[in-house]
Amino acid sequence: MYRYDEFDQAFVAQRVDQFRDQVARRIDGELSEDEFKPLRLMNGLYLQLHAYMLRVAIPYGVLSARQMRRLAHIARTYDRGYGHFTTRQNIQFNWPKLAEVPDLLAELAEVEMHAIQTSGNCIRNVTADPLAGVAPDEIEDPRVHAEIIRQWSTLHPEFAFLPRKFKIAVTGAPNDRAVTRGHDIGLRMHRDGDGRPGFEVMVGGGQGRTPILAKTIRPFLPAADLLSYLEAILRVYNQLGRRDNIYKARIKILVEQVGVEAFAEMVEAEWRNIRHGELHLPAEELARIAAYFAPPAYEKLPDHCLALEAARAADPGFASWLDSNVEAHKQPGYAVVTISLKPHGGIPGDATAEQMEAVADLAAHYSFGEIRVTYKQNLVLADVRKADLHELWLGLRLDDLATANAGLVSDIIACPGLDYCNLANARSIPIAQEIGRRFRDIEREHGIGPVTVNVSGCINACAHHHMANIGILGVDKKGSEAYQITLGGRATEDAAIGAIIGPAVAGDQVADAVETIVDVYLAGRRSGEAFIDTYRRTGPEPFKEKLYATA
Amino acid sequence: MPLLRHGAIVEDEWTRVADASGLADPLPIIVPHDLWLAHRDRLLGRTQPLGLHLPAGQSPETLAEDIQRFSLIAVAFPKFTDGRGFSYGRLLRERLGYRRELRAVGQVLRDQFAFILRCGFDSFEIADADDPADWLAAAAAISDWYQPGSDGRPTIQRRRAHDTGRAFAWQAAVGSAKSRLPLRRSTGAAAH
Ligand code: SF4
Repeated sequence: MYRYDEFDQAFVAQRVDQFRDQVARRIDGELSEDEFKPLRLMNGLYLQLHAYMLRVAIPYGVLSARQMRRLAHIARTYDRGYGHFTTRQNIQFNWPKLAEVPDLLAELAEVEMHAIQTSGNCIRNVTADPLAGVAPDEIEDPRVHAEIIRQWSTLHPEFAFLPRKFKIAVTGAPNDRAVTRGHDIGLRMHRDGDGRPGFEVMVGGGQGRTPILAKTIRPFLPAADLLSYLEAILRVYNQLGRRDNIYKARIKILVEQVGVEAFAEMVEAEWRNIRHGELHLPAEELARIAAYFAPPAYEKLPDHCLALEAARAADPGFASWLDSNVEAHKQPGYAVVTISLKPHGGIPGDATAEQMEAVADLAAHYSFGEIRVTYKQNLVLADVRKADLHELWLGLRLDDLATANAGLVSDIIACPGLDYCNLANARSIPIAQEIGRRFRDIEREHGIGPVTVNVSGCINACAHHHMANIGILGVDKKGSEAYQITLGGRATEDAAIGAIIGPAVAGDQVADAVETIVDVYLAGRRSGEAFIDTYRRTGPEPFKEKLYATA
Repeated sequence: MPLLRHGAIVEDEWTRVADASGLADPLPIIVPHDLWLAHRDRLLGRTQPLGLHLPAGQSPETLAEDIQRFSLIAVAFPKFTDGRGFSYGRLLRERLGYRRELRAVGQVLRDQFAFILRCGFDSFEIADADDPADWLAAAAAISDWYQPGSDGRPTIQRRRAHDTGRAFAWQAAVGSAKSRLPLRRSTGAAAH
């Protein structure tokens, strides 16, 4: 993984000092809350319903065991003993005290971490495929480019006060695990005719009250031109994006208003002016960054592992975990493990300090000391020997980290909702917990197969419910919490926005509704069909009929 | 409002005119963009220093060759959250080749000062109560940057490539950033 050199280290240290001064000025009253707000937001500090919330950046979701241990320490020292992993591969702490935040940031800086640009109207923490570097379908490791983007976007002087927040996602594989079409800019790697890697550039995706899928403005951009092209897009947006209405300020609205072709022309015109300037990436710089992401020292192993097969046969609990939580690795004899942060009835994405330490230890022991955070609010150990899987599973079980539900119905993405968030209409966490409890029978869950369920507490859609197979959105119905259900969304390479299925239902009916929807699917599915395939074949009618039959 | 230019508080020799009646003023004047458009021919014939006020929403790129006619361009920051002026600054400096005084007017916070310097501005209106020393300290808080800007500072990438010593080169950079922006108070109008 990337390691800070003295420049990066000095930068975060100075940044901590700068924020320490800003916090002191706020506490003195020299800065008003209005003036302090953009400053704290550029350091990831939100003011929530009950307290400040600090969002710590985990660049493209990659953490070392040492960093994870530090996060555990922070959870214990500055929070109430837990942290919350987010869809942007970050971690949030919900209870830090303002006066202690500079110390907290200093502790992060010691392990090469920070909270810069995890909020505010700037370029946010860049996200990437959590299986980067290990996925069998990968063209090249997208973390190289994500790191290059991270550096370029960090305290970019021109783009610190954009019309609105700005999110970039990168993937190096044809199977999209980074939701590239759901971002302000999505970058999907392809090869040109000569085999050189570059990016399809998609612009204007986003969630919120106007969900839109990003549109391709350039089918292929050579990798060396990545930063100059991004700068051109941001420069056009910074000048022309709307600033009079917060709901129309994202780049997706600008792209819709001027039209994707006209927008692409503006970007290309700007780009022609800067393409050959200093942002052009020399091959040496690409190689220098790529060296940080060189594969670890894999052993030469046979792909088939007898010990693993014996354990699978002996232990059905282990077998079902293998089915749902273990994926193929490009290196023979290795596997990719998803650690579910979705125990049935638990809070999606939450991890206690003890769990974080357990994961750090297991990563150090079984996976070259590296952990990834996923868009689905789970963790991944990317480089586990197949022969170690059973031991690892036993270890995970000790800390309630071995739930065999990755990709299944109880692997729910949920935002903090009304329990924490001051924008919420409704609670999301208890809804997710209830759905999780309904599907706690692992055999039944595995029988249902892959389906995505996302719960957002308001139309800001932080849980990406628009792009879920089953999306649940908290709305305010005459002063009480109600939930609108959408079906048919997809966050994969064939991304789609879900459609509202009917009137909103009360909170205590949501889990029933999800069960009904699942039952309709089970009754109507053809052999081999996943939930989304059946839905695409039948359309919403059978679901609607059953769901509102008694209403 | 006190004017901070090249690291010092100076007297502002410029006058902003609001309408056509001020255009005959023999002193240095700053003309709003729409007045400039309406009276361009007349103003091109003017021999005294001419400045332009560029409102947010008005790209400097439309000015083209006229740009060299101005001795000062004042870019509006109507609110500190409105970052359009950062792009205008870079376009003026890096694209249009404008070399003379570039002033940020309106609401700019001290904590934005470093950004604004990096985008090519060299003079600023600050609030009466502000101590310029605080502004200069804010500008020097971050010594090395990852991106190229209008101030010509070498980027971290470039320093990595060229730096052979590598041991805490940034400490030297903090010193030089401060010496680039010496704190001195002067009352005379600085030449530009
Ligand atoms: S979706 Fe709404 S309720 Fe949920 S975290 Fe985002 S803003 Fe808050």
